[in-house]
Amino acid sequence: MYKNFMNLLDNTRKGPSHHYFVLKRNIILIMLSITIIPLATMIVISHFQYRTHLKSQTTAPLLSMAHKAAHSFELFMEQRLSTIRFISTAYSFEELSKEQRIREILIFLKKEFSGFVDLGLINSKGDLISYAGPYSLLGKNYSSQTFFQETQIKNKYISNVFLGYRKFPHIVMAVQRFTDDGQTWILRATLDTEFFDVLISSMGFDTQSDVFLINGDGIFQTDSLRYGRTLEKCPLKIPHDKFKSNIIESVYENNRDIIIASAGVSVADYILVIVQPQSVALQSWHALKTELLFVFAVSLVIIVFAILWMTKMLVKRVRESDRKRKNALIELQHTQKLSSIGRLAAGIAHEINNPLAIINEKAGLMKDLVELSTDLSNKQKFEKLTESIVKSVGRCKKITHRLLGFSKRIDIKIETININEIIHEVLGFLERDAIYRRIDLRLHLLDSLESILSDYGLIQQALLNLLTNAFAAVEDGGIITIVSENNEDAGVLIRISDNGCGIPENIIKSIFDPFFSTKKERGTGLGLSITYGIVRKLGGQIIVESVEGEGTVFTVTLPAKSDSNMEVNA
Amino acid sequence: MKNKNIKVLLIDDEAEFVSTLAERLELRGYLAKTAEDGESGISMIEKEVFDIVVLDLMMPGLSGLETLRQIKIINSKIPVILLTGHGSTKEGMAGMRLGAFDYLMKPLDISELINKISLALNL
Repeated sequence: MYKNFMNLLDNTRKGPSHHYFVLKRNIILIMLSITIIPLATMIVISHFQYRTHLKSQTTAPLLSMAHKAAHSFELFMEQRLSTIRFISTAYSFEELSKEQRIREILIFLKKEFSGFVDLGLINSKGDLISYAGPYSLLGKNYSSQTFFQETQIKNKYISNVFLGYRKFPHIVMAVQRFTDDGQTWILRATLDTEFFDVLISSMGFDTQSDVFLINGDGIFQTDSLRYGRTLEKCPLKIPHDKFKSNIIESVYENNRDIIIASAGVSVADYILVIVQPQSVALQSWHALKTELLFVFAVSLVIIVFAILWMTKMLVKRVRESDRKRKNALIELQHTQKLSSIGRLAAGIAHEINNPLAIINEKAGLMKDLVELSTDLSNKQKFEKLTESIVKSVGRCKKITHRLLGFSKRIDIKIETININEIIHEVLGFLERDAIYRRIDLRLHLLDSLESILSDYGLIQQALLNLLTNAFAAVEDGGIITIVSENNEDAGVLIRISDNGCGIPENIIKSIFDPFFSTKKERGTGLGLSITYGIVRKLGGQIIVESVEGEGTVFTVTLPAKSDSNMEVNA
Repeated sequence: MKNKNIKVLLIDDEAEFVSTLAERLELRGYLAKTAEDGESGISMIEKEVFDIVVLDLMMPGLSGLETLRQIKIINSKIPVILLTGHGSTKEGMAGMRLGAFDYLMKPLDISELINKISLALNL
């Protein structure tokens, strides 16, 4: 900030326009950043807050459902596995080798637990020793099959779903048993997967939810409502992590947004998956997102426009006030210069006045003596000479009196004044200009003009301003008319008219405004404003009438008596 | 000469001016005396009777207006004509308010002064 400010100061050296440009740019940047950054931050925060909230509201229950469902499967399969393990413990290899015995056990199992299809005993070499079930598998060797090898390593085994001989899906469960003599044997059971569907439907999911099992390779272990049948490849990408649950949001699949929750089933290579369409709540989040973006965009546009407009106005004002200040300073310097010149002139005039008075008296005395003498040779010549001296002194007197009379008065005083006298005095200053420029000055001053009580100096200044303007308005050889007359209801009226360029209609309202000038560099724009101020302060009125190209008439009316306690700073 | 025996007192610090003016007035039949500052002018008025006083407003020491006030205290009936070096009428007006008969601007027009004297003395 400080650095910026310093830069700003530095830039003033590069020229005034650049200074305003930098000022404008800095204001815009600062205002934009202090408005947009908090707004954007707020929108982002509320966006994420709402999202997190919704997530916990919608996804957490889904994930917990997936966990529960996976757990149900685990329980179910553990129970079946325990049953098989129990049988392998309760019965010896010999007993189970008996066809009759194993058949009895299968019948019992089918009665107590759903899903069992067959039961077989396999020795350590992989030969099927005994079998109870719908197929004739006796004598079959399993030593090369995955289930046999895995059971030998892990002591238990649950297979993925496969199609059995009768072409409906099955799974295989097997447990290994160690005999006392160091031999091993395996009890193997086949279960149909109908119970998977029963289990899923018993969990009470709504019809929108698609619940299914897949294996680690993404193959369906149960039928899915939408994505395929058992043993088909699942088209959804589901992370395969047995011990972890996952949630994937907002997957766009088949023209709809879905949420996928998955949980690993620890006892087997299964993953339970719940696919749900985006809930209404999440849809509302999307709506909110859109609304927030819309609000942000609209606010952004408004803010940017407001800032640009405000900055433009502000800088314009600053620039204007800078210009006014500069002009006022110039005017002040000008006034001070005039005032000191006035004082100097008055001082000189006063100093000259005394010797002038002496010369006047001496010459006068000479003239008297010459006139009185009777025997003076060259008497006529002396008379002429003294007369000439007296006349010259008269001219000097006129100059010194004018200088003295026009020197600026510091104190304002109400006195009896004759307007015609002031008009003559002011014209004395413009006389020379009028002669050079052949300006036709027409005076219609009323001899019986009433004296008024007002300030001499102020009226002098006001009339000089108006006359200077009239002189500036007319061409060489133009006509300026000055009229003075008694006003109908006491006071006097002065009318100054010229046949100059006139004032355009669109600016006539502004001519009394301070700093309004058509003279560009030559004027300060204060003349008419000061005149207006003076006339108003003296309790008078000033009216302007102008026709462009034809001329202008200023009419000033002054009251018979001005208020004596008027302000000095006119 | 009708002006004979009219006693005029001229008070002005400019000796050259006041002496010449006195001479010119005497040529015209007046009895003119001069004083070069306010104090001596006042003491002269205290000692003898003058018909009229011509007083310069701009003087060192006792100012013209102050001198006028004191003259009016001594003799309120004596007419005083003021002389001012200022082009403005301001000081002259101030003097009028203090009881001066009239004021004239320097350099003087002798006939104007005589005219004023005649008016002041109702001649």
